[in-house]
Amino acid sequence: MNLSLLLEMASSALDDRTAVVSGDVSLTYAELDAAARRAAGRFLEMGATGVVFCGTNDVSFPIALFAAGYAGLPFIPLNYRLGVEQLQPLVEANAGAVVIAEVQPVPGADPAFTIDRDDLLDPAFVATTDVELPGFVDPDDVAVLLYTSGTSGTPKAALLRHRHLTAYVIGTVEFAGAEPEQAALVTVPPYHIAGMANLLSNMYAGRRIVYLDAFDAEIWIETIRREGVTQAMVVPTMLARVVMHLEGEPANVPTLRTLSYGGARMPLPVLEKALVMFEGTGFVNAYGLTETSSTIALLGPDDHAAAFAGDPVAKVRLGSVGKLLPGIEAEVRHEDGSILAVGEAGLVFLRGEQISGEYDGGSVIDAEGWFPTRDRGWIDEHDYLFIEGRADDTIIRGGENIAPAEIEDVLRRHPAVTDAAVVGLPDDEWGQSIAAVVVLGTAGSATVDELQSFCREHLRGSKTPERIEFRDELPHTPTGKLLRREVLADLTT
Amino acid sequence: MEIKAGSRLACPDCTVELVVVKPPSGPVTLTCSGTAVVEATADRPGAGHAAAEGDGTLVGKRYADEETGLEVLCAKPGPGQLAADGRVIEVKGAKPLPSSD
Repeated sequence: MNLSLLLEMASSALDDRTAVVSGDVSLTYAELDAAARRAAGRFLEMGATGVVFCGTNDVSFPIALFAAGYAGLPFIPLNYRLGVEQLQPLVEANAGAVVIAEVQPVPGADPAFTIDRDDLLDPAFVATTDVELPGFVDPDDVAVLLYTSGTSGTPKAALLRHRHLTAYVIGTVEFAGAEPEQAALVTVPPYHIAGMANLLSNMYAGRRIVYLDAFDAEIWIETIRREGVTQAMVVPTMLARVVMHLEGEPANVPTLRTLSYGGARMPLPVLEKALVMFEGTGFVNAYGLTETSSTIALLGPDDHAAAFAGDPVAKVRLGSVGKLLPGIEAEVRHEDGSILAVGEAGLVFLRGEQISGEYDGGSVIDAEGWFPTRDRGWIDEHDYLFIEGRADDTIIRGGENIAPAEIEDVLRRHPAVTDAAVVGLPDDEWGQSIAAVVVLGTAGSATVDELQSFCREHLRGSKTPERIEFRDELPHTPTGKLLRREVLADLTT
Repeated sequence: MEIKAGSRLACPDCTVELVVVKPPSGPVTLTCSGTAVVEATADRPGAGHAAAEGDGTLVGKRYADEETGLEVLCAKPGPGQLAADGRVIEVKGAKPLPSSD
């Protein structure tokens, strides 16, 4: 089934309920549907082969996405923050696509095929000839092409077909299940899988979607209060900024029912502070990848509440990503391909209808339908999935596999440390040695020796960083993923 | 009529409209309160069913036939009740999850 059918259903069932709000502009479900159909006709008339979206969050994002769906064209959101050298090749790789732009010119785009995003709101933005929208769109057609954030190199184009995204939405969201007052605050950008999943799920649930075009902790809190937001999703760097902004005071957001987080590993000290500040709000940890159409495992509010109340088992589970969604299967395998037992760490493989595992250039799904996530992790005896990090980031020191995240978690628990990154450096004796780059906060100081003894207290000696350097900040992607290759480059040059 | 994934089906008599999520493993006749569903067209709905039983077909619910694997999503609701080769097909169990988005 076609992605835009989800909007068609919401529009016919919810009609004049508000669908999306951005600044002073708001659209009802019926208005959003009408604008998407108008734009779809125009795109087909222009002979577009795809729809590129280059901009921040606002009402034009859902219009463009659903217009692409109605027209049967792939939707390609690009990271507007990229420099010309990075953005231009992505635009040129999608020549033939109409480019919806917040700021013009877009590097590499044909001006005659570039459309100001505000035009999508204009009732005159419509086909001038008789253009019929395709009634049937093959579920196997590409719905969305997302460039993965590329923390390890050149961005790859992940393909999500209509059947993947719709399987995720209809499998996890109750249609029109939201009460009329429910509203979701969205701050993750359109080019991120979480931004895409947020839009589809909240729209199908019938929530009012409130967009912020850029994240700011104070504006985020104010918007929750002003709009009566009931659901919000953040990446860890956003929550860290909110926690810092609140300075220990309660968040005072009584309408907020759930706060979900994902996209990168959440530092436990940030989460523990947030649980206190957001008392009454249910926390949800969502784990997924671009290639899995977003969330495949969830740690829900009950698990968070139990950990907060001091349950020792729940406290351990707070370090997990929870349980698999219904319909998703997971397998943990050794590097040699053998399947590992419960509790043993290895490579995580996933299978399910929402999982694409496909790039522009080929699929990495194996013959039995399993997708290699390239994440390392394990599953405990109660089916909780623990993720250690990317397999490529694993440090192999003297034959021992060491997950950088485990050491980073310990360093972040030191009262003087606000952030930490651990990488493996080439070493003649051990194969790799462990190095840490640490950011100190204003709350105190620590020496290399102190941090090394702190690690030795909490970890085995073989996991204690041999080298520790201090920096003012660590390199992250805009959506909060640590750029380890830059940390490594900094230490080796 | 071939029932393929993604195709839009409708009851000629009542307002029910469906989308095929999973096609059946073999030929099957899908009916809405006894009337065979057709590919969605403009000249409908008709006068409705003379005698519709059950709760009707609810928008946003998935209906699955275990025997053939056929699964449809109701895109528009109506009073008719779905059946595959005469077997009433039931709503696929809902999976309530906390909001993760």
